[in-house]
Amino acid sequence: MSGDGATPVSPNTETDRGDDAAEHDETDRTEVQTGASAVIRALENAGVRYAFGVQGGAIMPVYDALYDSAIDHITMAHEQGAVHAATAYGTVTGDPGVCMATSGPGATNLVTGIADANMDSEPLLALTGQVPTDFVGNDAFQETDTVGVTRPITKANYFSSSPDTVGGDVSEAFGLAKMGRQGPTLVDLPKDVTQGETDADPGGPTTPGTYNPAEEADQAAVERAAERFAQAERPVILAGGGVMKADACEQLYEFATEFEVPVVTTMPAIGAFPEDHELSLSWAGMHGTGYANMAITMTDCMLAVGTRFDDRLTGGIDTFAPDADIIHADIDPAEISKNVHADYPLVGDAKAVFEQFHAAMPQAPEADEWLEQVAQWKDEYPMDYEMDEDGPIKPQFVVEVVDAATADDTIVTTGVGQHQMWASQYWTYTKPRTWVSSHGLGTMGYGLPAAIGARIAADDDQQVVCFDGDGSFLMTCQELSVAVREELDITVFVLNNAAIGMVRQWQDAFYEQRRMASEYPWMPAFDKLAEAFGARGFRIESYDEVEETVQEALDYEGPSIVDVFIDPEENVYPMVPSGGDNGLFALSEDQL
Amino acid sequence: MSGLQGPDPNERARPQGKRNEQGFRIDPEAAAEPETRRTVISALVENEPGVLAKVSGLFSRRQFNIESLTVGTTEDEELSRITLVVEESDPGIEQVEKQLAKVIPVISVRELADDAVQRELVILKVNGGSQPDKVQAVTEMYDGTTLDAGPRTITVQITGDEQKINDAIDAFRQFGIREIARTGQAALARGERWTAATEGSQATEGAKGTYADDD
Ligand SMILES: Cc1ncc(C[n+]2csc(CCOP(=O)(O)OP(=O)(O)O)c2C)c(N)n1
Repeated sequence: MSGDGATPVSPNTETDRGDDAAEHDETDRTEVQTGASAVIRALENAGVRYAFGVQGGAIMPVYDALYDSAIDHITMAHEQGAVHAATAYGTVTGDPGVCMATSGPGATNLVTGIADANMDSEPLLALTGQVPTDFVGNDAFQETDTVGVTRPITKANYFSSSPDTVGGDVSEAFGLAKMGRQGPTLVDLPKDVTQGETDADPGGPTTPGTYNPAEEADQAAVERAAERFAQAERPVILAGGGVMKADACEQLYEFATEFEVPVVTTMPAIGAFPEDHELSLSWAGMHGTGYANMAITMTDCMLAVGTRFDDRLTGGIDTFAPDADIIHADIDPAEISKNVHADYPLVGDAKAVFEQFHAAMPQAPEADEWLEQVAQWKDEYPMDYEMDEDGPIKPQFVVEVVDAATADDTIVTTGVGQHQMWASQYWTYTKPRTWVSSHGLGTMGYGLPAAIGARIAADDDQQVVCFDGDGSFLMTCQELSVAVREELDITVFVLNNAAIGMVRQWQDAFYEQRRMASEYPWMPAFDKLAEAFGARGFRIESYDEVEETVQEALDYEGPSIVDVFIDPEENVYPMVPSGGDNGLFALSEDQL
Repeated sequence: MSGLQGPDPNERARPQGKRNEQGFRIDPEAAAEPETRRTVISALVENEPGVLAKVSGLFSRRQFNIESLTVGTTEDEELSRITLVVEESDPGIEQVEKQLAKVIPVISVRELADDAVQRELVILKVNGGSQPDKVQAVTEMYDGTTLDAGPRTITVQITGDEQKINDAIDAFRQFGIREIARTGQAALARGERWTAATEGSQATEGAKGTYADDD
């Protein structure tokens, strides 16, 4: 499909991760003899070093071609684990993670993870086996219409039709996953196509001629917007995941600090601006900080960059930043005015837009009063929790202890639920690409496979921890076998409340405490489960064990699971109920 | 119990304004329903398998109100033109255009002006066997053509804009309509203006989905 007008994308050779594997020379590359070897060659040409997957009939030719390749394959326990690991790899490195699965159940097991990556605009390439072309449409063994199933959840997907073009399909899918607004792509590989003969080198990653994301925003529009922003009395920057994706965190920092503008992030952008900086208000939305929610509600001019104004951020649209002129910069024109009308639309890459905007600012906004107000909100609504030394352990405390015991660049992955919110609220993120979580789809089970992908992507001396819920952990805990086999140094803290706590919290607040199907009357012993897998298992049942056991688990070089018995009644606040008014966030249940 | 402190919701500073459902700032007293309008959007796409599925899937997923969708080849055999009639609010129409433009094989997208040349074709089968002259008269009134005439049924074709097709269908009701097949609207911009077009055929501003207004 890489037809005329295709644009080459530079392969991932610029790596500062201090390793040499991206610089395979020509002799390390697979010789193209079949469609399958063309697929592998396309990955090599793109600088791919790792693939996560599970074998199976229809994908066997591709695995066979992988046999001689320098690409490392990490065999996962379940395809969902493979796709989450690959997605997290993409989050940490910025380059598409690659996952592989066979046809039918292998491909359908990827679906949740592809949808997850799509919602969070994560760069991901999925390769799926397919029954031979002649069998397609006949309901053959392990046949699923993978392209049909994944059409609404991929940025682009391909059904490969010939050995001569299959490598080009992979190069284009890789290029599209990485370029512009990032996202998941998929190439479906019929077995006859991968087995067929070809000698066509697919070349490096490309994007089709019909795909031309803007780099810089329209200069006149930037100048108008900057003029407005400079006049703001209550300015705020809302940094979204696009800032991270565009590697624009430095530009954000320079802009915010030079013009003294408070910075609020969305959840996917946690870490895009150092949370220990006085201009940081941490993140806004349903469980964001009180001060962030006050700031985005009271602002008169918001510079929103790389965010899609998700409903968990905006609450009800009617009450979202209702006094503000909105300057919205995004690389995807379809995001502009989709959910919130943009008074100043800017289409461009976040890095370029920040640079243009910075240069176009006539002066800093005169906002001393506002800065004082914001500082006052920070004092008024501190993130805090009650602690009784003899009572059950508060999860927030555990998060703080682990944060204190680890280095600043430690990567945190999570499942989905209350634990995810505590991990985002009580850990102070100061570095980009250290927060790895499932936002838009909210996929329980993300944490452990994501920790595996993040571990493989991270620098050797970088620590990787996962905060998981007991419910989320049970959804993908089989991937522990992979962490043990691959000797991956990760530490998983299961914040065990013997419940799917977030659901229990909603039942208590909105369903008259009718706790239907949310409490687990019996839980496996996660420490013993860890040992059965060959990992180290720990258990924490009281406050006096927390610090020591956390340290011991972190010190262990290999995968460890810490089963932390937390207060089963603890809830996540502040909270803006679904569709609510951010400025009316509740600090406790009786304020809902 | 949470240990969070701070003023109650009712003690906090409050903003003055309000937005409507579409995220526009409005007078808080006057929350008007968004008005919809009917318009024709044309898209030029690469002829490749799955492109129609991508486009139609997009409309159902995003709940766009599509009245008709036609697709056919163009002067360039590698390209097809999709013509859509949509009924949406202004921001909705903008979203239709932008989401369409995002589909990878879509080359360009354009909303056509009101004076665009629009045609639809309908094939009508009526129970007119007993009164062929009357059927013939109505067919002529609408500049139609008789495609098939039998002892019990007569099948005719009418082309025209949507209004004319609707009127014709009404006029044929007197005979008893057995079956109808309609094609939906096909349209081109009037005069020398370009419909959604490729880069070679008009000055574009570079980015897909945008175009220099060459009127
Ligand atoms: C795959 C999936 N199924 C169901 C849900 C709905 N859900 C959201 S949070 C939650 C509870 C998660 O429980 P747990 O992992 O134990 O975390 P906790 O909230 O207790 O910290 C559930 C069931 C979901 N987000 N994802």
